[in-house]
Amino acid sequence: MCNPLKKNKKQFSSLWSVLGIVLILMPFPSAMAEYADVILNKNAEKEGMRPVIYPHWFHRIRFRCKVCHHELGFKMQVGGNDITMANILDGKYCGMCHNDEVAWGLEHCHRCHSGLPGLPTSIKGGDKAGGPGDY
Amino acid sequence: MMATATIRSGGPQRREGRLPLLLLMWLVGGLLSMVHFVDAYAADVFANDGLHDPQGPAFMELQRPAEALAVLPADTAGNKVLWVKALRDGLIKPRTNIMPETKIQILDMDIIFSNTGDNDFVRFPHRAHTEWLDCANCHEEIFKTKFGATPIKMSAILEGKFCGKCHGAVAFPLSECARCHSVKPASFRGQFGVQPVEKK
Repeated sequence: MCNPLKKNKKQFSSLWSVLGIVLILMPFPSAMAEYADVILNKNAEKEGMRPVIYPHWFHRIRFRCKVCHHELGFKMQVGGNDITMANILDGKYCGMCHNDEVAWGLEHCHRCHSGLPGLPTSIKGGDKAGGPGDY
Repeated sequence: MMATATIRSGGPQRREGRLPLLLLMWLVGGLLSMVHFVDAYAADVFANDGLHDPQGPAFMELQRPAEALAVLPADTAGNKVLWVKALRDGLIKPRTNIMPETKIQILDMDIIFSNTGDNDFVRFPHRAHTEWLDCANCHEEIFKTKFGATPIKMSAILEGKFCGKCHGAVAFPLSECARCHSVKPASFRGQFGVQPVEKK
């Protein structure tokens, strides 16, 4: 009656049930802004658009820091430049690449203007040493 | 008596018939919850980050970080990516310039800073930095080119000045002390400051 094989099966299945329950009850990962995500909102909301979210990680895969922070003239300081849609359209700042040549063009407004309304110009990080300073 | 006997003989049979079904259910349940978990991470990480507006028209067009970063060598802090390794291993090929006339300079020269209090000396590698940055990003505004000409304090770095301009904001954060404070004073036998470039 008491087949050891069957008992093993039973243990195996109860392991699955425990795993299943754990997976089902597993809380959603607590989402945080990705390290070094930048919010730009000096002008965006004033002009009736969502704040801009600039993901450093996304650009870093494709460009060295120096491309933006040297060639394109972005200061290494959040809010350090006066970036307007007018000068982007003139081919400055983001407009150096977002021109349908290097990267997709400016018709995709909402890919950049994608932030929650009310966010202040700032830089985000997921690390405890995010820094209290003048970023 | 008869009824009890019937139940007894029927018991194991019923259980045996149920087992594969239960196993299947658990398997499907487990898989579904895994899909649900992965899906929640892939699709909703932006919905809960306090940053992106899920109502934004391009919300679903945006790439999620995990998709791009999970394939790169893992780190424990910041973006959880060893960016320098990813670059040197050729896993990413970020462009060095947009304008053809831009001069690309890589400097392979280390500096050892010994004024580090009780902590280990700092080895600053120019190579890793110039692979990403231009000389002008640091010199002369943040750091004077001449060794020792800029007094650097850890307290200022923690406030986002000097190294803290990037480390703690975009490069690996300041929780990673030993990555910079990497030279044991007791075992260091050379000269401080500019290190001789190793012949390769």
